[in-house]
Amino acid sequence: MSTVVLLAVTGLGLGALYFLVASGLSLIFGLMDVLNFAHGALLSIGAYGSWWAASGHLPGAGSSGAGFVLAVAFGTAVGTLAAVVLELALIRPLYQRPREQVLATVGVGLAVPALLSAIWGADARPFPGPHALSGTFGLLGARIPVNRLVLVGAALLVLAALRLFLGRTRHGLVVRAGVEDRAMVTALGIDVRRAFTLVFAIGGAAAALGGALGGLYYGSVDPGQGTSLLIFAFVVVVMGGMGSVAGAALAAAGVGLVQQFANYYTASGLGDLAVVVLLAALLLLRPSGLTGRLA
Amino acid sequence: MAPVLHLAGVGWSVGGATIVDDVSFDVREGEFLAFIGPNGAGKTSLFNLISGLVPAGRGSIALDGADVTAEGVAARARRGLGRTFQTSSLWPAMTVADHVRLAAQAADGGSYRLWRRAAAYGGQVARVLERTGLGHRADAVAGSLSHGEKRKLELAVLLVGEPRLMLLDEPMAGVSAEEVPALTALIRSLHRDEGRTVLMVEHHMDVLLGLADRLAVMHHGTLLALDTPQAVMADATVQSAYLGEAL
Repeated sequence: MSTVVLLAVTGLGLGALYFLVASGLSLIFGLMDVLNFAHGALLSIGAYGSWWAASGHLPGAGSSGAGFVLAVAFGTAVGTLAAVVLELALIRPLYQRPREQVLATVGVGLAVPALLSAIWGADARPFPGPHALSGTFGLLGARIPVNRLVLVGAALLVLAALRLFLGRTRHGLVVRAGVEDRAMVTALGIDVRRAFTLVFAIGGAAAALGGALGGLYYGSVDPGQGTSLLIFAFVVVVMGGMGSVAGAALAAAGVGLVQQFANYYTASGLGDLAVVVLLAALLLLRPSGLTGRLA
Repeated sequence: MAPVLHLAGVGWSVGGATIVDDVSFDVREGEFLAFIGPNGAGKTSLFNLISGLVPAGRGSIALDGADVTAEGVAARARRGLGRTFQTSSLWPAMTVADHVRLAAQAADGGSYRLWRRAAAYGGQVARVLERTGLGHRADAVAGSLSHGEKRKLELAVLLVGEPRLMLLDEPMAGVSAEEVPALTALIRSLHRDEGRTVLMVEHHMDVLLGLADRLAVMHHGTLLALDTPQAVMADATVQSAYLGEAL
């Protein structure tokens, strides 16, 4: 029983990390038809920004208490800024050229980890998290790492904030309509490019927060972290349905749980294969993903 | 006073094929101009040119005296040009009220504050939904509406923006025979009671004869005739080219 509880909470923690990356990716694809292969780079930027700040380089930031919160906020802000710059400088000029757009995001996705390696080296760097978050607590006989709960809590907060934004605000209404039919939004006289930039900023913020909290989950940051998480984020987006935040949340939890249980009960590494099998099975049964949006 | 819409020698070709050729006419304020013609005559393409969905290859288009030939669809919409489409142009997963709310905030573009609640347009939305007979369906998702209700919702989306010029592309398409009279009455009321300027493509001649001030007949991308419905119906050229076999 305790093993099942531990695997479930750990799986949900991993799913939370996937959700933070996939939610923005899903909105970006749903609204803008942009396959953003640079999204993993935004996660890496957030991770390194938080690591840099928490390591004492940013005045006021540190590895514990309010200093750690500031470090995470700094990493998230840097990732958000990078997303906005990416959209304005690279994605926007290429809206009418989707192939070049994909190539450009692939290029950024490769260049950012290389740049991080060049500055801080290719080896993983220990992530200086608060002592309180590195411990464990008891739940139904299992010892659960505290940082898993932090990840799940952050993902739930981001999910609630995104649903509030999409459901209650004017820009949220534009984004929802744009995800369904962008041309019709334009026909109403709405400058949908503003929504593009906003969605990129939101997606970048969520991914960068995922990067910062991923540092807690893995205990370290390395230049390739974003790229490896991006693969599973794409799986989550396809399973959840393009443009659906709720679908991404459901799929992320499913992928995290399947990975953890398959890795434990079969052989280490088979979790990744199980996720691919799950994706194939879902697409055979429901080609439009969990929420019925076309993948 | 400049006409609401002015077209001068407008044309559009694709890959050497002429879709719309040398179309010129004016539409004055409060007028109802209906377009008829066989499938492929260029009616919807002409609407696409007027609304800016496709750029005119030749000629010029002016709205309220301002040349908009080089402007895109969003810019023309902001000038007060509203349009419905031949096939349903709604967001199936969004509610009826959300549709009208989105159009209301689009029309209110100047005060586009980030965190202003979408619910801020409640009164405006309710009024337009009552006007179009959709008040009781405000919370229904668009995908669940009947064809007639969908057409009414498309009109509501237009109306909330108080358009100067409404382009209705086959608003009766797909609508059941029972729903046609109510939809016709609504369109008639928008024109006669509210004085709105309307351009409409429609195949139902019985609908048009009670609505239109003038009839435009399109054939092979050109404007074959443009006159009162009675004059057009009596025109021998029109009868031999189109009306005889198509209607």
